[in-house]
Amino acid sequence: MNELRKELENLLAEAIAQIQNSADATQLEQTRVHFLGRRGRVTTILRQLATLAPEDRPTVGALANQVKETIEERVVARRAAFETIPSDEILAEDLIDVTLPGRRPGLGRLHPITQIIRRICGVFVEMGFAVMEGPEVEWDYYNFEALNIPEDHPARDMWDTFWIDPGISDVAKPMLLRTHTSPMQIRIMEQTRPPIRVIVPGKCYRYEAVDASHESQFDQIEGLAVDEQITFADLKGTLHTFARHLFGKDRKVRFRCDYFPFVEPGVDMSIDCFLCRGGGCRLCKESGWLEILGAGMVHPGVLARVGYDPARYSGFAFGLGPARVAMLKYGIEDIRFFHGNDLRFLRQFP
Amino acid sequence: MKVSIKWLAEYVDIAVPAKELAHLLTMSGTEVAGITQRGEGWAGIVVGRVASLRPHPTADSLTLATIEVREDPVTVVTGATNLKVGDKVPYAPVGARLLDVHTGRRAAVGGVRIRGVESWGVVCSEKELGLSDAHEGILILSPEAEIGQPLADVLGDTILDLEITPNRPDCLGVLGLAREVAALTEESLHLPDLTYLEQGPDVREAAQVEILAPDLCLRYGASVIYDVTVGPSPFWLRDRLLTAGVRPINSVVDITNYVMLEYGQPLHAFDYETLLGRRIVVRRPRPGESIRTLDGVVRQLTTEMLVIADAERPVALAGIMGGAETEVTERTRVVLLESANFSPTSIRRGSRTLRLKTEASVRFDKGLPPSLAMLALRRATKMLVELCGGHASRGVLDAYPGRRESITIRLTPGELRRILGIELTLAQMSRALGRLGFECREEGQALLVRSPEHRSDIQIPADLVEEVARLIGYDRIPTTTLAGPLPDHPPQPRRSLTERVRDLLVGCGLQEVISYSLVGHRLLSKIAPGAQDGAPDPLRLANPMTPDHEMLRTSLLPSLLECVVGNLCLDEPGPRLFEIGRVYLPRKGDLPREREMLVIAMAGPGCQRGWSERTVELDFYDLKGVVEELLVRLNLEEPRFCRTASQDVLHPGRALAIEWKGLRLGVMGELHPKVARNFEFRVPVFLAEFDLELLLEACQGDSLRIAPPPRFPAVRRDLALVVEERVAVSELFDLIRQAGGPLLAAVELFDLYHGQGLPPGTKSCGVTVTFRSPERTLIDAEVAEIEARITDLLQKRTGARLRG
Repeated sequence: MNELRKELENLLAEAIAQIQNSADATQLEQTRVHFLGRRGRVTTILRQLATLAPEDRPTVGALANQVKETIEERVVARRAAFETIPSDEILAEDLIDVTLPGRRPGLGRLHPITQIIRRICGVFVEMGFAVMEGPEVEWDYYNFEALNIPEDHPARDMWDTFWIDPGISDVAKPMLLRTHTSPMQIRIMEQTRPPIRVIVPGKCYRYEAVDASHESQFDQIEGLAVDEQITFADLKGTLHTFARHLFGKDRKVRFRCDYFPFVEPGVDMSIDCFLCRGGGCRLCKESGWLEILGAGMVHPGVLARVGYDPARYSGFAFGLGPARVAMLKYGIEDIRFFHGNDLRFLRQFP
Repeated sequence: MKVSIKWLAEYVDIAVPAKELAHLLTMSGTEVAGITQRGEGWAGIVVGRVASLRPHPTADSLTLATIEVREDPVTVVTGATNLKVGDKVPYAPVGARLLDVHTGRRAAVGGVRIRGVESWGVVCSEKELGLSDAHEGILILSPEAEIGQPLADVLGDTILDLEITPNRPDCLGVLGLAREVAALTEESLHLPDLTYLEQGPDVREAAQVEILAPDLCLRYGASVIYDVTVGPSPFWLRDRLLTAGVRPINSVVDITNYVMLEYGQPLHAFDYETLLGRRIVVRRPRPGESIRTLDGVVRQLTTEMLVIADAERPVALAGIMGGAETEVTERTRVVLLESANFSPTSIRRGSRTLRLKTEASVRFDKGLPPSLAMLALRRATKMLVELCGGHASRGVLDAYPGRRESITIRLTPGELRRILGIELTLAQMSRALGRLGFECREEGQALLVRSPEHRSDIQIPADLVEEVARLIGYDRIPTTTLAGPLPDHPPQPRRSLTERVRDLLVGCGLQEVISYSLVGHRLLSKIAPGAQDGAPDPLRLANPMTPDHEMLRTSLLPSLLECVVGNLCLDEPGPRLFEIGRVYLPRKGDLPREREMLVIAMAGPGCQRGWSERTVELDFYDLKGVVEELLVRLNLEEPRFCRTASQDVLHPGRALAIEWKGLRLGVMGELHPKVARNFEFRVPVFLAEFDLELLLEACQGDSLRIAPPPRFPAVRRDLALVVEERVAVSELFDLIRQAGGPLLAAVELFDLYHGQGLPPGTKSCGVTVTFRSPERTLIDAEVAEIEARITDLLQKRTGARLRG
């Protein structure tokens, strides 16, 4: 046992000397492995502890561990000596051109319409609305009839329609490309019972000559909330919250009377003009206000048609165009850019 | 609709400025889209009197007119031929600004010599003043205009441009609008006097009205006016028409137009003596009938239309346009005046079939209140008597099969509160409604409301709620947040997936695009010149706007390729695009199936040219990497990539199908060179297409388990395997996994080499295999043993040998 103790002491002295004499980090590492590696000399002794008499194990074991720790400490200390860091004055001479452009990982981008739809939906989701989608090819019934717009109704002029050639589908009922997302009001109410809080983004189509402010394909976001005791005041509150979230909390909001056959009373919501702050300019056509969305209290006839008792339930609906919102927000003058997909346009969005 | 405030002020006192008036109208539902000042820019232009006229000494077509103004008379040269001595005309001195008839821009009048005679300013046409497009003659002003008076004082006006919503046909006339203004400003309304001398014979002796189509003609009124002199209208009448953008024609036509603008009710004047049999028959056309309309066109009639006929033949297209044979001319002496109400249905269908829209038809198809017909008839008859020297028949004809009893609607403060969220008393409600002409009677805690005749749009309590709301102002309704329980929303897995896919692809450096759902033959033929095998015929539009947008797409690829084309020319780094959108697959007897698809396209240089980056052309593996990243991040369990050749669009040697449990989720590969040629691509294009609904199915089964980080070190071995070219790397990998057993943690390819130093037809694959045990540190011997097993199996199955 004493032999072992002696051996350990010698080993420590030897190790310290070698550590001190090692010329560089490589030599130091070789020394460390020689003593402390998996087959190193100290490691070997530690393994032999098991062969000692049980009464000797604690003292020799303690010594062996002490030796191991001392060597480790010396190695660390010696290593630090090799790794001296030059002074700041010297480092300051070691220049790179920090103004060179960085290597960007090159993320892609969402289409601006997707971005706006996400933002708008996000605001309503926070208010407890669910996001749903519906068919773009619709029956006349959902797009018009069920929304109080029967055939030959004068209000049909508000929606110029692309009709589907019935040939392939072989259908008797008129089929069309939806002119707004409002048909989903009917589909949702047919499928569920109140309370309802839903928004529906989606593509819509109108038979319209394309110019800087009209597109034959565009996106719309529909909103619908139906329950007992939903009032016009709730409509105002909900849409006001939305406008402040999207356009800034200092935005002024104006609700005025407007007409849509499937709501009563009908509303148009405008915000004060970004450019002139209400004074009147080219953007707002001198009115000081920018129309953002159409809305209103769901018409009792519409409620009755889906089997809701209009004396018990009430609700509001609204529809808005994300492209218009983006155009106003970013000062875009031509709606055709959105489907033009010119990367020089798209890449300007965040 | 353009409305002059001066005209409006004839029926209601207007005490507020135009801007305030516009605001009130806009807020209450009648949007004012613009306000224009008539007379703005007329500085210096004054009323002059033509003192004398003499021919130009050297030019036959010109006249020298001496114009009396406040100072010394001036002489102007004019080409106009309508001047008479004594006429009052607008005189613009040198320096005044007029519209240049040719350029349409305002320019100052210069002092010029015309054929040797000095012209001191000019006398003006309507066009030069910006009043209308008429430039044939000089505008002749009212004889009452004072010499030297600024023209702006005589003709200046404010014109409102209004947008009348389809539910308010009663506002299609100045009078209807005056009613709104009166209600909004709480001023009283002055209605025109409708009484006139009825000196002629009984109207029933002159004509009889028969309505054979009471479903299409709700009311037909007529009067007969004798001894009419047809001539130019007085100045004030022509001026009114001009403010509304209507061209004056002759006194009779001008009066019908005036009353139409005033009441919103279209009228028609017949030359009574050309009507046969003293009968007016309102009926559907007989088979084969035709009519020559006022515009000279002979029109074939169909039985769904409606005509006004005399005893023998159609004399007018009801509510659309009159017939040429019964037109009022300068020689007309007796006028039969029609003021009727036609159902919008027949007007719409007729107008659509004949492709003929007129001032009358657009009004009728809004569904005018039948009460207007009688008011307008009396008003126009009175004007014909007073302005054309006529004698009116005694009484008027009034056939009214469409008469409806007026309805009474019950409205309670409780209902109002339930809808609006505001508490109003019965008195407040009835005051608001009373201002709009509703008759209100209190009955207990309710209001019984009867609409005025012209408000046929008011049918249910909700309509009255809106009337009250817009009269008190939407501003006064409080603002609250939604209370009540939150609905129980079902999860939306497909939406979550598409949004996740969008984010992942953006993270992979791709740009999202959105293209048109409608495509045309020109684009589709670039993809598949012939008919596509097995592909369904697309849905077609019955009324396409352009041939390029006439079908609903059944694939997103064509439009995406078009995006690539557009951006390859424009953009230095090659476009890397994706689109998520629907395809429309027709179904028999039903709406099409709308499937959400994902397409990806990449082409051109792979990275941006920069100071330290190389520009590398994109290849197949750039796209495959994106697809792999996507599928890994969606946690798809073991998708299979299999070579496929069945794609028309893809290069047969460079196409891959992505399958999962036997479902084909999508395909990817290089664009087929023949399609690439059709699009004139000069670089290879790489495409992928996924069915998002199938992808969703594949993702839903996921059951992700997360392991703790490994505690024991891994052992890596690099193998350089030389195999024949035809051996697929995936085959090597499969074999390595098979032989590697449970300790094999990963297989990666780090190098692929062809060429020098290798036998011809072979390649060298540098593969790193990683071994690890979750329980212990592996020892060399066991790793070597597995390694040997791997190389043995590779050798046996593929002939692979280790490179020395």
